[in-house]
Amino acid sequence: MPPRMLPEPTPETRHFWEGCKAGELRLQRCADCDGGAYFPPRPFCPKCGSRKVEVFKASGEAVLWSYVINMRPRPDMGTEPYAIAVVKLSEGPTMMTNIVDCPQTPEALQLDMPVKVTFAPQSDDITLPFFQPAGA
Amino acid sequence: MKRKSIAVVGAAETTQMGKIPDVSVIGLHADAALNALADAGLKPSDIDGVATAGISPVELAHYMGIKPTYADGTQVGGCSFMLHVRHAAAAINEGLCSTVLITHGESGRSRVGAGGFGRSASSLMGQFEMPYGPMGPPTMFTIPVLRYLKARGYTVEDLAQVAVIQREWAAKNPRASFKGPITVEDVLKSDMIAWPFTKLMCCLVTDGGGALILTSAERARDFPQKPVYVLGTGESVETPMVSQMYDFTHSTAFRISGKKAFDEAGITHSDVDHLMIYDAFAHLPLYGLEDLGFCQEGEAAAFIKGRNTAPGGKLPLNTNGGGLSYMHSGMYGMYALQESVRQMRGIAPAQVPGAKISIAHGVGGMFAASGTIVFSNEAP
Repeated sequence: MPPRMLPEPTPETRHFWEGCKAGELRLQRCADCDGGAYFPPRPFCPKCGSRKVEVFKASGEAVLWSYVINMRPRPDMGTEPYAIAVVKLSEGPTMMTNIVDCPQTPEALQLDMPVKVTFAPQSDDITLPFFQPAGA
Repeated sequence: MKRKSIAVVGAAETTQMGKIPDVSVIGLHADAALNALADAGLKPSDIDGVATAGISPVELAHYMGIKPTYADGTQVGGCSFMLHVRHAAAAINEGLCSTVLITHGESGRSRVGAGGFGRSASSLMGQFEMPYGPMGPPTMFTIPVLRYLKARGYTVEDLAQVAVIQREWAAKNPRASFKGPITVEDVLKSDMIAWPFTKLMCCLVTDGGGALILTSAERARDFPQKPVYVLGTGESVETPMVSQMYDFTHSTAFRISGKKAFDEAGITHSDVDHLMIYDAFAHLPLYGLEDLGFCQEGEAAAFIKGRNTAPGGKLPLNTNGGGLSYMHSGMYGMYALQESVRQMRGIAPAQVPGAKISIAHGVGGMFAASGTIVFSNEAP
């Protein structure tokens, strides 16, 4: 199996990936407006344009927002069907992920089910955030 | 733009459609361009503006021997050609050029002379989507849909119904890839690609191309074909990552583009005789009917099931069979525009009798972008 497709962090996203290595899901929010948390990372507020933004540790709590189950696995993803999911974080942003520790079936993957972040190292540099059922 | 100041005077698709293993991508552009030039009674040297996506307008211009004063390489996915029409209209009105050639060609199936897919691992999509296993549009464009179905109270049968009715239109079109009738059950029983999407809810993968030629409405009267006037235009872009749509239950880009086009055209929904909504996947016509304002949220599925968009219905939709049954080379927007032009000329295989206003509405990327063109066949 070829190695999993992994991200290449940029200066603007490095804090996020450093956070994953440290076991923290890091989001950003604006210090100048009440625009709330945002994702993916960027060094300014997408609501008001202010550069005064801060990184903070998110709760890691989310709900399953939507997904598909890919029946033709990408070569680096193994041989079994898997869900490509989007979760809605309790802080507001949505984020693509996989749901782990859970059968990859429509019956097990119910929209709005609570999930929580979990981290899995993939290389020396990259740890990916995944989500698992909150009760797991 | 100024209503009816610009007209389509040349329009054609590639000579062949479907599987064309002996023509490269640039060759498909050129074949479509030559057919459109012949349709308009023009030579390449008559063209002073070029626009294309997939390849660079530089490649197009040089290959065709055109030395333009205007070039547009807007590339926002399959609706790029709607944006090219819009920009060309503005450019001609501003005097930047007088006659614009817009081309599309794609070896989607045979991959002759085609570039690769893929995005850099340092792009936002590369960092925050690709690690989770998406494998092209069938696994990405479809991601918002379970949320959409739940919010609207729609079912997978409603998705299947879209494909069934478009096949009815395709049956009337000799150039359609798939013409045989299908049922909702057939659609649901076809191969599961990315649950809940089966193969027949996904677009075709074919080879082909198309080209348009635009000029001022004043000059249009002197061309051999019946002019098709541009009545209104809209465009917008939303997100490069489907996971970051502003709202999974509607396309913000559709709403902005559609409203702008309706406002420019000065029409209401009841004025529309014919509609094309880019259908890369079966959910797109549902989103489109709602986001363009033809249906209230939650009413689009019943509208389709009630045969309003089917042959004989009050709002004929995707009358060429659409990306689901006619053809889909990758950037389908050009074929939606071609069908609108045919309908306005009165020469479509499934002609809507007496149609006077047609809308071609496109999507680009995976809910990344949108373009909307309102056409009229009535002289200003």
